[in-house]
Amino acid sequence: MQIAARRLDQVTIFDITGHIDLANSPELRKVLLKELKETKTPRVILNLTGVRYIDSSGVASLVEGLKAARDQGLRFILYGLSPSAREVLQLSRLIKIFEVFDNEQQALA
Amino acid sequence: MQNRGLLLDLTLASDPRLLYVVRAAIERLTEVSGFSPPECRSITRAVDEAVANVMRHAYAGSSEQPIDVSCKRVSGMVNGIHREGLEIELLDRGLPFDKKKLTARSLDEVKPGGLGLHFIRDSMDVMEHSHENGVNRLRLVKYFSAEGKGQKSQGE
Repeated sequence: MQIAARRLDQVTIFDITGHIDLANSPELRKVLLKELKETKTPRVILNLTGVRYIDSSGVASLVEGLKAARDQGLRFILYGLSPSAREVLQLSRLIKIFEVFDNEQQALA
Repeated sequence: MQNRGLLLDLTLASDPRLLYVVRAAIERLTEVSGFSPPECRSITRAVDEAVANVMRHAYAGSSEQPIDVSCKRVSGMVNGIHREGLEIELLDRGLPFDKKKLTARSLDEVKPGGLGLHFIRDSMDVMEHSHENGVNRLRLVKYFSAEGKGQKSQGE
């Protein structure tokens, strides 16, 4: 997994590529919580277009990010879900709690 | 050792970085076995979560312990219907299963963690576990649908 950050005005977009699993989900969690709890960027967007796989530990990291955002009154947005990533969020019934968009333009609107 | 129907037999270290390798192997195996793309993803997810559970819980994060993964064709009568399928067996020598943790959490709870078991149960037709002579054994089976290979299974 690789994470790159793009910082715009009041928005940070994390471009994530690769697989999110037990080997690297702690790193994702750390990056997200730092952005949400310390930097407190008003809108944090995860570009998941390049993510082919997310396991349950990755989903847990996303949930922790969402909870941190809610605690801080920030927005936490996902876009570009692959079939596998969408399936895993649907299976866990968590897709309904996230703000999910198809593309970056919608996520920034 | 009975190996009738054996398709794949591998031993890996309990290093989370090797989950990627396990997923690649299982995904290709399910493809060549004739499962549909959603079923391939589903079975791969189940095995990935099961191996990750061994790494996290049975071996408590130790990364150099052995995990055996074997896959074979199976057939049998299910509800009076002859079915063929794929069996995946995981063996480890870590801590015994904690039966208290073998209950998937309620999906109504919005909290991190506890989803892996739910993914396994949702994906597979059979999930059996045992602990004998210091060895944990997890047996997972996914049957082809009654209509034939490559069709979505209706489950049991």
